Amino acid sequence: MSTSKRIPVAAIVVATAAALAACAVQPPAAKPPALGTAVSAEEVARWDISIPPSGAGLPRGGGTARQGLQVYEQKCLACHGAKGAGKPADALAGGVGSLASKTPLRTVGSYWPYATTLFDYVRRAMPIANPLSLSDDEVYAVSAYVLFLNGIVGEDAQMNAQTLPQVKMPNRDGFVDMSRR
Amino acid sequence: MNRIDRTKRTLVGRSVSEPNGTIGRRTFLARSAGIAGAAVAGVAASTGLAPGANAQGLAGHPWERVYGAAFAGYGQPSRFELPVVRHFLRPYGDLAPGSGAALTPIESLEGIITPSSLHNVRNHSGTPDIDPKQHQLLLHGLVARPLTFSMESLWRYPMTTRTYFIECAGNSLRNLAPKPLQLPAGAIHGNISCSEWTGVPLRMLLEEAGLQPQAKWLLAEGADSAHMSRSIPLDKALDDTMIALYQNGERLRPEQGYPVRLLLPGWEGNTSVKWLRSLKATEGPTHTKDETSKYTDPLPDGRALQFTFEMGVKSVITRPSSTMTLPRPGFYEISGIAWSGAGRIRRVEVSTDGGANWVEAALTGAERAKCLVRFRLPWEWTGQAVVLLSRATDEKGHVQPPRKEWIAQYAPDARFHNNSIVSWAVNADGSVKNVYI
Repeated sequence: MSTSKRIPVAAIVVATAAALAACAVQPPAAKPPALGTAVSAEEVARWDISIPPSGAGLPRGGGTARQGLQVYEQKCLACHGAKGAGKPADALAGGVGSLASKTPLRTVGSYWPYATTLFDYVRRAMPIANPLSLSDDEVYAVSAYVLFLNGIVGEDAQMNAQTLPQVKMPNRDGFVDMSRR
Repeated sequence: MNRIDRTKRTLVGRSVSEPNGTIGRRTFLARSAGIAGAAVAGVAASTGLAPGANAQGLAGHPWERVYGAAFAGYGQPSRFELPVVRHFLRPYGDLAPGSGAALTPIESLEGIITPSSLHNVRNHSGTPDIDPKQHQLLLHGLVARPLTFSMESLWRYPMTTRTYFIECAGNSLRNLAPKPLQLPAGAIHGNISCSEWTGVPLRMLLEEAGLQPQAKWLLAEGADSAHMSRSIPLDKALDDTMIALYQNGERLRPEQGYPVRLLLPGWEGNTSVKWLRSLKATEGPTHTKDETSKYTDPLPDGRALQFTFEMGVKSVITRPSSTMTLPRPGFYEISGIAWSGAGRIRRVEVSTDGGANWVEAALTGAERAKCLVRFRLPWEWTGQAVVLLSRATDEKGHVQPPRKEWIAQYAPDARFHNNSIVSWAVNADGSVKNVYI
């Protein structure tokens, strides 16, 4: 048997395999459908309300604790108590130095690592019955007031997109990041 | 001959197919009586036999003698099961009635799957009423192409179906009270449920948007009025995270995130953000309120662990359990649930003598990872006072810790990730109490 006779046999096998593959019952491998709709940066900016520790995304405007007192009394005091003492909702002030004791008091002042979280949370979720109702100036002012109650900023310190991220919270280094372990 | 019978049958037939599917009970009974009475009268007239000769003497409950209820569009449990409801935990009372949790009555359930109506709920600002035609999911941040997805478009993606538990990180916080609370098992340990979930792998959407190299985290945000938000490491998002659309075969319930939620198998429930409106790719975590001031685990030295996502290995005996009473000595099956956020359950051991001796229980569902497992052990109660415990071990070798050991790790006010061993005392009178040992 010469090699010249074998080649056509191999060719037939290959051709048959190719023909079978072409006639396969399976549907063609489908790519995911890619049905997302492109969205402009302007639209994203209107949608995105998150504020990270860097302060990226903080809006224009600002306010002081002195201005924030009025906002607090009207919108926050009923749940968080006078001067952030708490009850029925969470205490917002006090407890600094208590975290290693037998009766830790975890407040914005004693526990929260970033001041930007205060702006982010008040704007997105507070007051609980009417979130997204405060103006940006009001959110800055009431954030300043809560920081003032904790002795972290002065009564007339202006909180805005530049100053708020620079506030050093007492418990800034109190957390162990377990996502890295 | 049977003229009246035929017309009555037609009448009943028409009522059953009324558009609203309902029929007044009094009307229904009257019609049923009409059928039966007419039939008997007809037979008597044609044969001359005395009517109703045997009917009263035959065995059979009242419901065997009346025509049953008509079809219902959406089925409900028996009226005799109405007491099986969720246990509410409302830390702010009427001030914020939708904030807190509704815990699954695990003491009344069997098997692995939690009925959707009894699934545990943890809400921060109530359940929103979302129109799926208006709701959209935005994928943005460090991506090549920011995209929005309508619910209609999400339904067109290839889907996967998996069975996973969801446990709130705060489950069993009530068992950290100084004295053991005498409440049903579900009111203490019921912030856990298990469902079959169907949805789109998140990876598919992330690949469509094109992640930038510096993206390492995602911020997930809900469309509830709390805009509840959590940062999630990208590794998890690209692994088994699902954009869930269906629960137990039907569209998600509003309490479970309708029309779309995130599902992070095995991780604390809070990260499986409901009513998902936004996913933002970021370089680092955003440090939201719910990953700093809450859902962190304080240590005795004043520091706190942050981003402790995985739920620990855990088990609870659901029958018998706290507040139940065993009517008499004799055979009982000890039954309970076990789970681990790290993967599969390898074994569950049960002690009927306060922890001195342990016996391995039979498992159902142990082949599934991050899913509830049912364990069962036959038990003969002699009538003497005993303490029942269960202890689970997962495939990674993690063992459920004793309560004292767990408490020693944390600050006095720690309340998340309590996976410690649960103890039920069966007293000589058959009453079952929650105890600490």
